[in-house]
Amino acid sequence: MTDVTAAPASPARKTTSLYEVSARTRRRNSAEKRFRLYGLSAVLLGLMALIVLLSSILSQGMPAFRQTYVVMDVELRADKLDKNGNRDPADLAKLTTFAVAPLIKQATQTVATELGDDIEGLNDKMVGEMISKEAPGQLLRFVRANPDLIGTTQSFEFLANGRVDGYFKGRVTRASAELDNNISGQQLDLADAMVAEGMMETRFNWAFLTAPDASDQRPEAAGLGVAILGSLYMMMVVLCLALPIGVAASIYLEEFAPQNWLTDIIEVNISNLAAVPSIVFGILGLAIFINFAHLPQSAPIVGGLVLTLMTLPTIIISTRAALKSVPPSIADAALGLGASKMQTVFHHILPLAMPGILTGAIIGLAQALGETAPLLLIGMVAFVREYPGAPPEGLFDPATALPVQVYNWTQRSDPAFFERASGAIIVLLVFLVLMNTLAIILRRRFERRW
Amino acid sequence: MPGTWLFLILVTLSVLGYIMGHRKAVSVSGGSNRVMHSLLPYHGWNVGLATFLAGLFVMVVAALARALAGVTDGNNIVLSVLTLAGAGAAFYLTYGRIERDYRARDGVEKMIRAILILASSIAILTTVGLVMSMLFEARNFFGQYPWTRFFFGTNWAPNFRGDSDLGMLPLLWGTLYVSFIALMVAVPVGLFAAIYLAEYAGPKLRAVAKPLLEVLAGIPTIVYGLFALITVGPILRDVFAIPLGLGESASSVATAGLVMGIMLIPFVSSLSDDIINAVPQAMRDGSFGLGATKSETIKKVVIPAALPGIVGAILLAASRAIGETMIVVMGAGAAARLSLNPFEAMTTVTVKIVSQLTGDTDFASPETLVAFALGITLFVITLGLNVLALYIVRTYREQYE
Repeated sequence: MTDVTAAPASPARKTTSLYEVSARTRRRNSAEKRFRLYGLSAVLLGLMALIVLLSSILSQGMPAFRQTYVVMDVELRADKLDKNGNRDPADLAKLTTFAVAPLIKQATQTVATELGDDIEGLNDKMVGEMISKEAPGQLLRFVRANPDLIGTTQSFEFLANGRVDGYFKGRVTRASAELDNNISGQQLDLADAMVAEGMMETRFNWAFLTAPDASDQRPEAAGLGVAILGSLYMMMVVLCLALPIGVAASIYLEEFAPQNWLTDIIEVNISNLAAVPSIVFGILGLAIFINFAHLPQSAPIVGGLVLTLMTLPTIIISTRAALKSVPPSIADAALGLGASKMQTVFHHILPLAMPGILTGAIIGLAQALGETAPLLLIGMVAFVREYPGAPPEGLFDPATALPVQVYNWTQRSDPAFFERASGAIIVLLVFLVLMNTLAIILRRRFERRW
Repeated sequence: MPGTWLFLILVTLSVLGYIMGHRKAVSVSGGSNRVMHSLLPYHGWNVGLATFLAGLFVMVVAALARALAGVTDGNNIVLSVLTLAGAGAAFYLTYGRIERDYRARDGVEKMIRAILILASSIAILTTVGLVMSMLFEARNFFGQYPWTRFFFGTNWAPNFRGDSDLGMLPLLWGTLYVSFIALMVAVPVGLFAAIYLAEYAGPKLRAVAKPLLEVLAGIPTIVYGLFALITVGPILRDVFAIPLGLGESASSVATAGLVMGIMLIPFVSSLSDDIINAVPQAMRDGSFGLGATKSETIKKVVIPAALPGIVGAILLAASRAIGETMIVVMGAGAAARLSLNPFEAMTTVTVKIVSQLTGDTDFASPETLVAFALGITLFVITLGLNVLALYIVRTYREQYE
C-alpha cells in the first residue's frame, strides 16, 4: 500500500473532465463508427452483388421468351413438290430444302411487292433474309405430313430472322444495323410495314422450352427441349442412385459402424470427396465410365453417374445430421421392447428422420442440376438435335443438359445466342427456386423439433 | 440394352421369391406367427433378397470379368445364364430351408448389413477410382513427356502435329493470380459482413441478410460464368482496361477474379460467422469491462480468438477458387501467359483440362493426356489445402469448448 501512495502522480497527464469529450475519446468513437460502417457496407456490397447479378441475367434473358413470327401465304406448287403427281410419301421423303426454298422466296416477294414498293434499295435477297433459315425445313415437314394439301395455298407462321427478331426486342437498333452486314435499314423498314399490316408479331415463345438446339445460323430456332429432357433424365439417375446409396451409407456409419480404422478411412474419404473440385469428377467419368466401361459419350446415364458420385457426400452429410437429430430415447424404447437393432433403425429412426433426409437430397439434387464442368468432359457439349428416347433405353441416347447448353450457346458467334443463354439460365434458376422451395416446405411442415 | 432386361427379370424373380417364401412360411406355420422363430414376412424377404443379391453379385462379377478380358460385343448369353443360375441357386437354397426353427430374420439382417457396408464403401471406391484413373493416364503422359519439362516449363503451346511445349507454370500462375484476386475481393467483404452480422446487426437485418447472402452460394457457377462474360467483362474493359491502356480483352484475370470473389463471399462469411459466434461471450464482456469500445473488442479480442477458424475458412475458399472451372472458362480467356497485368486474358489449370479433353486430338497423344497430369496436380493441391484447413480448425477449436 505504501508503494501506491508513494508513487508520484504522472506529471505529463492532464486532468480531464468526464463531461468534456477529449480528443482521444473522439478518435476512438469515430474509429468505432468507421468500423461499423465498413461492416455495413460489406453486407450491402454482398447484397448489391446479388441484385446486380440477378437483374443482369433477368434483363438479358427475358427477351428469349418472346419471339417474332411472320405470317404469310405460301402456294404449295405441285410442280415443285410433287413432279410425278402421285403424292407418294417415298418421293416426298426425298425432297430437300432446296426444292421448297423457291416457294418461300415467291411468297416473300409477293409480300415485298405489296408493302415494300416505297422502300428505296430493297432487293429480293434482303426480303428473303427476313425470315429464318428454319422456314424451308418447317415447310417441308408440313408437306410430308399433309401430302393432300399440295397444290393449295396455305397460311404459314414462320420464325423471323434473328436480327429482325432482335429489332423488336431492342437488341438490334437502326444504328447497329448500319454496321451489321446481316441486316439493313431497308429490311427494318419492311419489318415495320409488316407489323403495321399484322403480318408480323412478337409473342410468347413456347418453342424456346420445347424445341431442340439449332445450328449457328439460326439462333431464333434454338430451344431447350433436349437440354431439359437430358437434365431431367440425369436427375432421375441421381435420385435413384444417390438417395438409396447415400441413405444406406449414412445408416451404416451413424448406427452400425464399429470404431475402427475402416470406419475412419470411410469418414475421412467422405469429407475429402465433398471438397474435391467438380472437374476432377469429370475426369473420373471420362476415364472409368467411358474409356473403361465403354458407356456411350454424351449419354444422360454417364452424366447421372458422375453427378451421383459428386452428390453422395452432400447427401451422406445431411442424412447423418438428420439421423443424429432423432433422440436416442426412441431407439432405447424400441430396443427395450425387444426390437432388433435393424428393426429399430428401419421402423423408428428412419421414418422420423425422413423429412430431414429428403430436404438434404433435394438440396443435393439442386446442386447437381447446376453443375457444368464434369459434364463438359464426358461429351455433353455435343450438338444434339434428336430428342432422347423414353427411359431406360433413352438414358443411353445422346442428350445435353441445361447448364451445358448455356455454355454451348455462349461459345457461338451470333449475339442472339447470348440472349438465349441468359434465357436458359432463367429456366435453370426457376427449377432451382422450385426445388429449394420444396425443400423449405418439407422442412417447415414435417420436421419435428424434439 | 440387354442388361436392363436381365435386371428386370432378376427383380421379377426376387418378387416371386418373396411371394413364394411368404406363402410357404404361412403353410408351414399354419398361419400363426407364434410358432415360427421369425415373423412370416421375414421368410419372404429372406428368399427375395437372397435371390436378388446373388443374381446381382454374379452379374457384376461377370461384367467386370468381361470388361477386363476386353470383350465388348453385345453377345452376353453366358452372362445372362450365369446370373440367372446364381439367382436360381440362392432361391432354391433359401426356399428349401423354410421351417419353424429357421432363423430367417437373422439372414435378412445380415444381408441388409452387407448392403449398408457396400454402400458406405462406395466413398472409398470413388476416391480410389479418382486417383487410379488420373494416375494411370498421367503415367502414360510422363512416359511420353519428361516430367521436369511439365512441372518447370514456362511455355504452354500444344501443337496438333506433336512436338508441343506443355509447361505447367503459366497455367499455375494464372490459377493462383485469379484465386488471389478472388480472395482479395471475398475475404474483406466476407469477413466484414460476418463481423457486422454477428456483432452489430439486429435480429431483423440478420434474418434477412444472412439467407440472402447464402443465396449467392446456391447459384450455379455457370450463372457466374455468364455474368462474367456478358456483364462484368465488357464493363471492366470499357471502364478500366481501355482508358488505362492495359489491354482490350473482355476476358481477363480481373473479370474472373472479381466474379469468383462474389461467389466466395457467402463461403467466407457464413464460415466466419459461425466461428465468431463460437467465441465465448465472457471474453467480450472482459474487454468491455476494461473500457474497450466494441470495435476495439472485435479487433483485439474476438478476431485473434477466432483467427485459426478464419484462416481455415480462407484456405477452404482458396481451395474452392483453385478448383473452380466455369467462371474461368468463360471469364479468364484461353491464352497461357506469365504476366502481371490483371486486365490481360490468362488461363488456368481447369480451363486447360477442359480444352484438352474436349478437343478432337487423339486420345493417346500427350496433348490429351496432359489433362490427367493437370488433374492430379489440381487434386493434390486442393486436397492439401483442405487437409491443412481442417487440421488448423481442429487443432485450435477446442480451446474454448
